Amino acid sequence: MLDWLYALWPGLETSVGLLSLQPPGWGGNLLRGAWASVQISLGAFALGLLIGTAGALGKLHGGPVTRDLLAVYTVVVRAVPELILILILYYAGTDLLNQALRALGQRPVEISGVVAGIAVLGIVQGAYATEVLRGAIQSVPRGQHEAARAYGMGPVQIFRRVTIPAMLPLALPGLSNLWLIATKDTALLAIVGFSELTLETRQAAGSTRAYFTFFLAAGALYLLMTLLSGRIFGWIEARYRRGQASQ
Amino acid sequence: MNRQRIAQEVFVPHRIIMVAAALGLVVWAALAMRWDWIARYHDLAVQGIWRTLWLLGLSCLIGFALAVPLGLAQAAGPRFLAAPARAFCTVIRGTPLLLQLWLIYFGVGSLFPQFPWIRESELWPYLRQAWPYALLALSLSFAGYEGEVMRGAFKSVAGGQLEAARSMGMGRFAIFRRIWFPQALQRALPTLGGETVLQLKATPLVATITVIEIYAVSSRVRQDTFIIYEPLLLLAVIYMVIAGLLALAFKLLEQRFNRGMLG
Repeated sequence: MLDWLYALWPGLETSVGLLSLQPPGWGGNLLRGAWASVQISLGAFALGLLIGTAGALGKLHGGPVTRDLLAVYTVVVRAVPELILILILYYAGTDLLNQALRALGQRPVEISGVVAGIAVLGIVQGAYATEVLRGAIQSVPRGQHEAARAYGMGPVQIFRRVTIPAMLPLALPGLSNLWLIATKDTALLAIVGFSELTLETRQAAGSTRAYFTFFLAAGALYLLMTLLSGRIFGWIEARYRRGQASQ
Repeated sequence: MNRQRIAQEVFVPHRIIMVAAALGLVVWAALAMRWDWIARYHDLAVQGIWRTLWLLGLSCLIGFALAVPLGLAQAAGPRFLAAPARAFCTVIRGTPLLLQLWLIYFGVGSLFPQFPWIRESELWPYLRQAWPYALLALSLSFAGYEGEVMRGAFKSVAGGQLEAARSMGMGRFAIFRRIWFPQALQRALPTLGGETVLQLKATPLVATITVIEIYAVSSRVRQDTFIIYEPLLLLAVIYMVIAGLLALAFKLLEQRFNRGMLG
């Protein structure tokens, strides 16, 4: 079926063979790596959103000490390369956890790459999410907040029913950017030896010497992820903008 | 007046306590942690910082020089120029820099030795080293992100200004040089400042293709001496200082560019 294409492009047949999903090909490894990348980015993004929400509320409503500490957190994380934060948090995190376990009389544990990756990238994402969400919450008109309070809503209810729906359309472009950063930052975990898509690709490329085939295939997978999630975010944004005055 | 405001903001009880705690931490780190390796690796570290800085500076300059035509093509170019420019920006922004770097170094780099005329050319001594590939990957990445920024900046310049310039009899190049580009640049500067810091944070990746910049030096200290935290902490401080200086430089640049602008 593809013979005419192979005749036209001599290298294609070997490339397709290398990328096949069955064991002589490396396609299965690449897809497993991609799945690991997706899992870590989803987890890191979710953790980042949690930290970001807490951080934004702390920056807006917290006391002076909370605000200053949060400022230190966001400034430090945004100025130091992710790679170094990953290394510091990875070593320090496992070290501290094991010391704590030893103090409690437990045996030290080996931390799984997925959990460490999610925790570290989540802390990095949290700093950026704090700024995105703070800006979005700040631009919700005060009157809406006051009107909700006049209706007798508690602070949690106000946040859930007024603040979140009103700020989401403003926060979504920034959050979609953060999601893209999360998917691409998972590649950094390759350097600490966690086998996500980039490391799997490098191993496949290194052992077959077919660098172009594998790096281009991995690039296509990443591109697929980002383009697809761009569509999804566009759809969510359109949904949340319904009934809002267009700008 | 300015000094008074700073004094008012710093000398609040909780800030004094926080500064004292930070100082205490620094003193503790200086006394309790191991810093004896610094003397041995001092020269290597200075070289590493210098390499990081010129990789950053050069890749930002080359990247920006590529980003201007990329942005212009997307903002005002004909379709056959706009479409490839957009595709380039999408691909660069949609894939991790580490992957691009490895594709260029391992992929393109392994291709070159197959051609005798490349091996005999005068460029070959450079092409055998890692830094040209690092510089190329960093520059292309910066161009991809900044092409998108410049597209928005070129589009945001009011059309009436360009029409006015044309009616004054300016040529296309003069309009671009004297009206369009300066205003677009002024609008893009705050974003460019942030992106330059992001580019700084991307430079340690080149250590994975054997370019010995400051991050690679710290990894070497870690491997040689088994000291884990101290080099990483010092490294974080170095990056924070460079990032702070970059932010300051862009602030001054913005002030200069905003002279004579309304509000």
